[in-house]
Amino acid sequence: MDALPFFPVRASTIGGPIDDLYFAWLILSGVVALAVAVLIVWFAIRYRRGSPASRAIADAATHARTMHHIEITWTIVPMALFLGMFVWSAEVYYDAVRVPKDALPIYVVAKQWMWHAEHPAGEREINELHVPLNRPVVLVMTSQDVIHSLSIPDFRIKQDVLPGRYTTLSFTANRPGEYRLYCTQFCGTSHSNMVGRVLVMEPVAYEEWLSAHANVPTMASRGERRYRELGCDGCHGAQAAVHAPKLEGLFGRPVPLRDGRTVLADERFIRAAVLLPNQDVPAGYEASMPSFRGQIGEEELLEIIEYVKSKGNATPEVLP
Amino acid sequence: MNSAVIGANENIASHENYLSSGWNWRSWLLTLDHKRIGILYVVSITLLFGIGGAAAALIRLDLLTPHSQLVSIETYNKLFTMHGVIMVWFFLIPSIPATLGNFLIPMMVGARDLAFPRLNLLSWYLFVFGALFTIYALLSGGDDTGWTMYAPYSTSFSTSHVFAVATGVFIAGFSSILTGLNFIVTVHEMRAPGMTWFRLPLFIWAMYATSLILVLATPVLAMTLMLMGIERTFGIGVFDPGLGGDPLLFQHLFWFYSHPAVYIMVVPAMGVASEIISCFCRNPVFGYRFMAYAILAIAAFGFVVWGHHMFVSGQSAYAGTVFSLLTFLVSVPSAIKVFNWTATLYKAHVSFEAPMLYALGFVGLFTIGGLTGLFLASLGLDEQLHDTYFVVAHFHYIMVGAAVMAFFGGIHFWWPKITGRMYPEGWARFCAILTFIGFNLTFFPQFILGYLGMPRRYPDYPPEFQVWNVLSSAGSSLLVFGYVLPLAYLLWSLKYGAKAPANPWDAKGLEWQTESPPPTENFHTTPIVTEEAYAYRTESAHG
Repeated sequence: MDALPFFPVRASTIGGPIDDLYFAWLILSGVVALAVAVLIVWFAIRYRRGSPASRAIADAATHARTMHHIEITWTIVPMALFLGMFVWSAEVYYDAVRVPKDALPIYVVAKQWMWHAEHPAGEREINELHVPLNRPVVLVMTSQDVIHSLSIPDFRIKQDVLPGRYTTLSFTANRPGEYRLYCTQFCGTSHSNMVGRVLVMEPVAYEEWLSAHANVPTMASRGERRYRELGCDGCHGAQAAVHAPKLEGLFGRPVPLRDGRTVLADERFIRAAVLLPNQDVPAGYEASMPSFRGQIGEEELLEIIEYVKSKGNATPEVLP
Repeated sequence: MNSAVIGANENIASHENYLSSGWNWRSWLLTLDHKRIGILYVVSITLLFGIGGAAAALIRLDLLTPHSQLVSIETYNKLFTMHGVIMVWFFLIPSIPATLGNFLIPMMVGARDLAFPRLNLLSWYLFVFGALFTIYALLSGGDDTGWTMYAPYSTSFSTSHVFAVATGVFIAGFSSILTGLNFIVTVHEMRAPGMTWFRLPLFIWAMYATSLILVLATPVLAMTLMLMGIERTFGIGVFDPGLGGDPLLFQHLFWFYSHPAVYIMVVPAMGVASEIISCFCRNPVFGYRFMAYAILAIAAFGFVVWGHHMFVSGQSAYAGTVFSLLTFLVSVPSAIKVFNWTATLYKAHVSFEAPMLYALGFVGLFTIGGLTGLFLASLGLDEQLHDTYFVVAHFHYIMVGAAVMAFFGGIHFWWPKITGRMYPEGWARFCAILTFIGFNLTFFPQFILGYLGMPRRYPDYPPEFQVWNVLSSAGSSLLVFGYVLPLAYLLWSLKYGAKAPANPWDAKGLEWQTESPPPTENFHTTPIVTEEAYAYRTESAHG
């Protein structure tokens, strides 16, 4: 990195559109600031006390009308400009937060003061994130304690990571290399040390990295083990006698609830079903499931979700 | 406005004034005179500004190196919390309203005092009590949550003195509410004959709008802090998901107060700048009515934009969209104000005394602060900028650069009226320019750091950011002189400054039509207003 950086490296597909917005504002605000500065200096010199410049103004009625027109003009023009910029920036934002259907999920659990990432294939890493080049990735994130925020400036992305719920952050890295990752929401004493790096790898290198950990059980298989240990299959298993929702093909499907609402069976739904089972009870079932709150860690819960996912096939399009 | 206030037969040279009416401690600590209470506030907030500023100076010193060397990271976290808490609640919120507002509102509307003088004194005591409580908590162990005190860190995790600090702020909040109430009633009920709403100086419009915000927003802060205290003390779940609460609820409540609070800080500054610019241009403020409406619009819109602090918080994308749109709309009246101040210079008779330099500096810094706010209001772009130094730079430009510049401008402008002495002009001009340069040098590099991605509240940062941090710290050393020198020469002027005439600037407001310093009852006879505000154009002597 050079000695006096002015501008961050651009390493993701959303980087371009966000930089365009940034440059547009730089130009627009530069022009306005310069215009105001030039006018103030020019007026201040030309109309300094004692200068010979004429101060005569037109008759009162004409003057009042002109002033009114000027006021209206500089109300309408900025408003139109702002609305235009609003529409443009909202479009960029929707592009940024919409999770592509084929995105590779990586699960992130934040805790004071480290980033813990878990790949579906089973690899776990701390304060590092290996991602493949040119492939959409979605980080499904939660926190074990306070609010954190995952920021990768070179990708131009950031999302708060909250305890008790999942947030997502998606990106497509398009430049191989190593980039800084920060926590940007103040989270306590070592907040400024809750940093790490993102490694964007060529697909071949990424596959090699994955296969170096081939002996690690996948998240889904770890999830399945925990699922059995907790006795979930006693009710949800294919042979279970209890009348409970089955997990096959569940993930990504709309689920009609007993109270008439319909919700999408996404990560949030599964999480809530495990921890607060009586909150969203599917139609046709009794609210008889016990809560597993306190018996299951955030990582284990994510592994169970990955197990549920492995029994279905649709990945929902998520808009946080 | 009305030059007949000082009767020709009055002996101005030997008049009794509000300062000469007693100097024992009772005459100050039990005074009901709005002017003396204003001075009590000046002394209090100057001390608090010193404490908050010292914390800032230590922060900037520590950031000279990428690895925190001056202080431990625990101490650093407590320092920026102390800086934020003191500066926001105990300096910026009361800065212009409680000092200049207290002193000037009755004089500008032609009244003898505020509507409720005893309530006014109570406000000051509440403020001091809250401040002492907070300072004790901050110095005896400190609070490491940041001034934003986000839950659940503040409620379930931090082991520092969160509750005590919140209690201090809670107490001081009542001072804000009572002051706002007092100002609102005064502006409604105490205007002199002929002082119609659209003859009010823009400073009064600004203080009126600010008071509305103080009365409507501060209770929400009080409730939020109370809920936070309840969760922290009794473990009743409100915000902590571990207890069944919602952490975003805290942010919604907090910013419902704290966004309007930004307007509590900057709207009074707009009022001060309007008075000064008009006076030193000898021109009415361009588009007076638009300016008054813009002030009210800013105050009203300010209540519906809080969610722009939460674009990446986990708030829904649709909520973010609405808040972004509303934020762009609130920036329109702010833009109008900048254009109007600029246009006030057109065909004017501009002179460049120190208050004018401060006011022009205010316009410059407010413009930069406002424009960079548009970057942050843009949904996609905020993903990059949120919680970085870009945000730090942006809000310092508004709340410190602009608001403090205007505060200093106002102090200089009304110094002759308040103290009866002139300040040393050369020193004052020097400090106005020094502050402007020092401020830009301190905070402009932070915009660049922000887009590069440097997060706020980082005592340890990557080495590639060091150059910009060193520049910023260098600028802050200039800023220290810009802020401290006025204290020295203003105190000096109390004894050695030239005696001030009643109206040294040949200004139009009612406050200038009485003696300097004013008599205890402000005016010997109730003024009768016959002119619009800023009737500078009607004079023909200038050419």
